[in-house]
Amino acid sequence: MKKRENNGYVNKNIDAYRSIVGDEAIDELFIIAEKLKNRSIQNINSTSFGGGVVEILSRMVPLMQDLGMNVWWDVIKADARFFEITKRIHNALHGVDVVLTRHDLNYFVEVNYYNAESIKRWADIVFIHDPQPIAIIKKKKRKLKNKWAWRCHVDFSHPKSEVWLFLKKFIEKYDASVFSSPSFSHRLKIRQVLIWPSIDPLSDKNKELSPKFVDSVLDKFNIDKDKPIITQVSRFDYLKDPLGVIRAYKLVKKYVDCQLVLAGGGAADDPEGKKVLEEVKNEAADDKGIFILHLPPNSHLEINALQRASTVILQKSLREGFGLTVAEALWKEKPVIASAVGGIPLQISHKYSGILTYTVEGTAYWIKQLIHEPEYARWLGKRGHLHVKNNFLITRHIQDYLLLFLSLYNSEDIVYL
Amino acid sequence: MEPFYFYTKVTQVELLGRTACNVKELLDGIKVVPSASIYHHTHRFLQQHWYFSPEHPNDFSYWITNSLGLKKLGEKIASVDIMRFNEIESLRQSFIQILEDFINESPRLRNCIRGEEFRFLSSRMFILPTPFVACSLEEFLDCLKRITIHSLYFHVFEARLRLKKADNDFSCWLRDAGYIDLARGISRVDPYTYTLEGLRKRIISIVNSYLLSFK
Repeated sequence: MKKRENNGYVNKNIDAYRSIVGDEAIDELFIIAEKLKNRSIQNINSTSFGGGVVEILSRMVPLMQDLGMNVWWDVIKADARFFEITKRIHNALHGVDVVLTRHDLNYFVEVNYYNAESIKRWADIVFIHDPQPIAIIKKKKRKLKNKWAWRCHVDFSHPKSEVWLFLKKFIEKYDASVFSSPSFSHRLKIRQVLIWPSIDPLSDKNKELSPKFVDSVLDKFNIDKDKPIITQVSRFDYLKDPLGVIRAYKLVKKYVDCQLVLAGGGAADDPEGKKVLEEVKNEAADDKGIFILHLPPNSHLEINALQRASTVILQKSLREGFGLTVAEALWKEKPVIASAVGGIPLQISHKYSGILTYTVEGTAYWIKQLIHEPEYARWLGKRGHLHVKNNFLITRHIQDYLLLFLSLYNSEDIVYL
Repeated sequence: MEPFYFYTKVTQVELLGRTACNVKELLDGIKVVPSASIYHHTHRFLQQHWYFSPEHPNDFSYWITNSLGLKKLGEKIASVDIMRFNEIESLRQSFIQILEDFINESPRLRNCIRGEEFRFLSSRMFILPTPFVACSLEEFLDCLKRITIHSLYFHVFEARLRLKKADNDFSCWLRDAGYIDLARGISRVDPYTYTLEGLRKRIISIVNSYLLSFK
């Protein structure tokens, strides 16, 4: 078990958000946090670098601490074999056919038990993130008699039944489970809470940037700022359909002289990324209008600049957990075209705060429309920004987590604080 | 005049794990889910879209119209006048009646496509104090301008239907203080036909007009 280093934490000051969400929202957080002052909270996940969970925790933990809460974050220790197994579990949860042997599953549980034994400090509330450390509970809950919640960040809507049944026996040992979208819920014996993820408006990825800096990033990658820029930001993963994005771009390119930016990286727990990146490079071939940017995990300012410079932003995922890159793009008032999968329809009302599509052809059609109708594109972007401000910022997310922790001790429908 | 203490609420949404693929399954679900679920599905839109009135005022009508393609039934469900009801069970019965009538008249029920099932949710409410207190009509007016949308929502919607008070909190307080006409004026506002910001403006305008009539 590794202790998460504090140097990944970005903004530790909850009051910095007052100018964005208003004093009342922050004051409410302090009132709720006060009710949890005698409870310690421990987050456990599987990696400290890359991916949405790390981004959320690295911001949320210090902000909760600033609210006066006793919160910390631990990361499990595991080897490449474990992560190769959990990647297959991840794919199976997305409905992909995989082979998982009894030996694989035994090893998965074995690594969880090893980590359960190596943790020396346990909190009143243990908050486990994603399937990788899910089995730790089996070894510890009965002994510790504390509260346990499991947070599922992945699309759980069509899991392969064998993997679902394997995980379900662990999930039902928790006091509560948390999902990002209604479509991820299943019949379970325990409470299921809906909590949307969020973005941090003050992070390097989302904060305001000067036009000069944005231009400098375009120059750095030799992107022409005078031609329309279509961008997809995501890990190089089959489920993000980067090949489909290139095909949509090629359909548009027949009529519009535009550029495509595919920007992303790979998380430490994703061994498949390299293979996908190679296929994307092959598909792009020698098209000078396609920019494949495999960026290191800390390239937040560059990603921010690329999004701000974009004419249209895509998220053409085949499956999606929540699709936080959509909220990031909407926050920057950009017109977004995205697949109606996972949590994306929660962020985009079709033709009101963005565009939802189902096919490569549909995506290409709407790219052309939005490039040709910049007024409508701006209108979409402004509404998207407002929707994100009201529903998908980190302050709302913190509030939901605090309510989750409180609800572990309160079973009533109406609770007076 | 007794002071009016403004409260606000925060909501936790729960997933019930129950789905419906057609009108019959929707009806079966509506019959058995907790009242907090009926409340959630008829009020969620109001809370998430502050600045525009959604085309469909509740999740049931939205799903019936968009996922089942039953526009007439969707409109009937959308048109249920929630203001007529003082408690959720009567509202539930109203939906049940409409859906049962439809099923009796429709020999074949169509299913939605896979992935578009109706998913029953529910919600828990956590009530918090705010720093706003009004001891006079002038202070009340000032507070109305400064409270959050969530506080306004709590005193108008949650108080009446979920906390089972006969009226919204503002009207109850004003009536107790002897402002009968003003209380009646606010009671008469149908909050379901406004956006939350529009509702705030409407109530402010009623209080403002009342105060001006005495100057």
